[in-house]
Amino acid sequence: MKATTKERLAPWLAVIALLAIWEGTVRALNVPPFLFPGALATFEAMITFAGPISMHSWQTLWTTVVGFGLGVAVGLVLGFIIGSSRFMYRACYPLLVGFNAIPKVAFVPILVVWFGIGSVPAILTAFLICFFPIVVNVATGLATLEPELEDVLRVLGAKRLDVLLKVGLPRSLPYFFASLKVAITLAFVGTVVSETVASNQGIGYLMMSAGSQMRMPLVFAGLIVISAMAMVMYELFAVLEKRMTRWAHRGQDR
Amino acid sequence: MTATTTETPAATAAGSERAFVDFEGVSLAYDDSGNAIEDISLSIRDGEFVAIVGPSGCGKSTFMKLCTGLHGPTQGSVRVAGEPVTGPLKISGMAFQNANLLPWRTTLDNVLLPLEIVRPYRSQFRKRRAEFVGWARELLRTVGLEGYEDQFPWQLSGGMQQRASICRALIHQPKLLMLDEPFAALDAFTREELWCVLRDLWQAQRFTVVLVTHDLREAAFLADTVYVMSKRPGRIVERREIDLPRPRELETTYREPFTSLVLELRAQIGEIRGGAA
Ligand SMILES: Nc1ncnc2c1ncn2[C@@H]1O[C@H](COP(=O)(O)OP(=O)(O)O)[C@@H](O)[C@H]1O
Ligand SMILES: [Mg+2]
Repeated sequence: MKATTKERLAPWLAVIALLAIWEGTVRALNVPPFLFPGALATFEAMITFAGPISMHSWQTLWTTVVGFGLGVAVGLVLGFIIGSSRFMYRACYPLLVGFNAIPKVAFVPILVVWFGIGSVPAILTAFLICFFPIVVNVATGLATLEPELEDVLRVLGAKRLDVLLKVGLPRSLPYFFASLKVAITLAFVGTVVSETVASNQGIGYLMMSAGSQMRMPLVFAGLIVISAMAMVMYELFAVLEKRMTRWAHRGQDR
Repeated sequence: MTATTTETPAATAAGSERAFVDFEGVSLAYDDSGNAIEDISLSIRDGEFVAIVGPSGCGKSTFMKLCTGLHGPTQGSVRVAGEPVTGPLKISGMAFQNANLLPWRTTLDNVLLPLEIVRPYRSQFRKRRAEFVGWARELLRTVGLEGYEDQFPWQLSGGMQQRASICRALIHQPKLLMLDEPFAALDAFTREELWCVLRDLWQAQRFTVVLVTHDLREAAFLADTVYVMSKRPGRIVERREIDLPRPRELETTYREPFTSLVLELRAQIGEIRGGAA
């Protein structure tokens, strides 16, 4: 087998190995399925409840994507504002760091009071949790400019906006796309957390209610579906990142 | 004769000697740590090639900033082309030790960047793009980068990046080329190749050059006049005209009288360092 094919198969082998160990351990120790179902029982549940699972997954997916979209929009604007002036950078950075330190779950009760239970708190939690890395990355990319390059441009009469558009913005793109990968996974976390406490739809809700009825195979099925969705989205943005900012990955994939 | 007799002989003499860059008693203090450069008076003729040498931190880059209007003097006056300098001088082009090309732009697009920014070209950029591309290609050809126009900077060697950086400094046809240790990071062979590239560009276009360097051979090989600066606060402590015939060839740098000239310069700098320390 060639080394490259081996490498390509490696992640799948790891998944299969993990599933085997999972199923093997549960069987060997004879753990009752209402505590910790094996891989097969989970897979069965996934097929039996395919209808409800896909309905709830869809709910989780679209709320996450909407929250993520909001996060990207707000993150870009805030990042641009903060990154484009030293003063704003100095002024806003501590605030942002402080805000980021708040566990976003703490916002869910507030959001429920304001918007009731349902999709809105899920969207907003996803948004709150995911916009921060985007702001930081865009701002950092914009704010870094070699003083000498600045001189080269300023002597030509370049205005602040020229420098931002010609240098800052293109330079911050790799940072931006890198942050999207992080942000989309965080957005899923936000949505699911919110769904477990403040919704009657979505994978988070499904897992919560199935758990309370001791239907553990279904809970685990939800877990796997959510991680699969997050993984696919992550890969999507990883590919997008590579496509959009080839120059930043020079030498790696040539 | 009749057409020009309106000028007196004295005025004519002054006219031919009229400074293109004129520093009069210029000092600059960035902050309250004292002057970075102090009481600098010198004048540079139109088309003159000037080299400035001096120890690190003596204010050579500061001199560049004053020349190009990126920074104003604390004392004294700076005039370029007869006008007091009040802001960034777009008739100048700059290049530094680090080529600082933009990695997402091809070599050609990097060279074109100034034309997207500087007046009056910026407003004509779309309409005259084909023409501008022609200029850039021609310039790249003269520095030996033909065929590399569509490569990205990170695909070029250090010397090639520096060539492109010099093209970027020259694309808007500046009257004043400011080079701040442009060859310092290159290996000896590449450096000497680039001396010749710069020599030929200057010989052909006759812009005024201010070259900051640590390399006395480089200064003596390229310049008409070498200025030596003291340690901080930087002052001009020596002005040396290099009257070697032009065009100069690389080989001459290994022979008399070039070698003794460099040795003399070296001795002078040794004195300054010894005296100031
Ligand atoms: N922007 C600045 N603010 C404060 N001090 C500066 C600044 N730029 C340079 N200096 C100081 O001025 C002196 C001269 O610096 P510079 O002109 O860069 O020297 P050189 O280019 O000869 O090495 C140094 O002591 C340096 O620390
Ligand atoms: Mg310097």
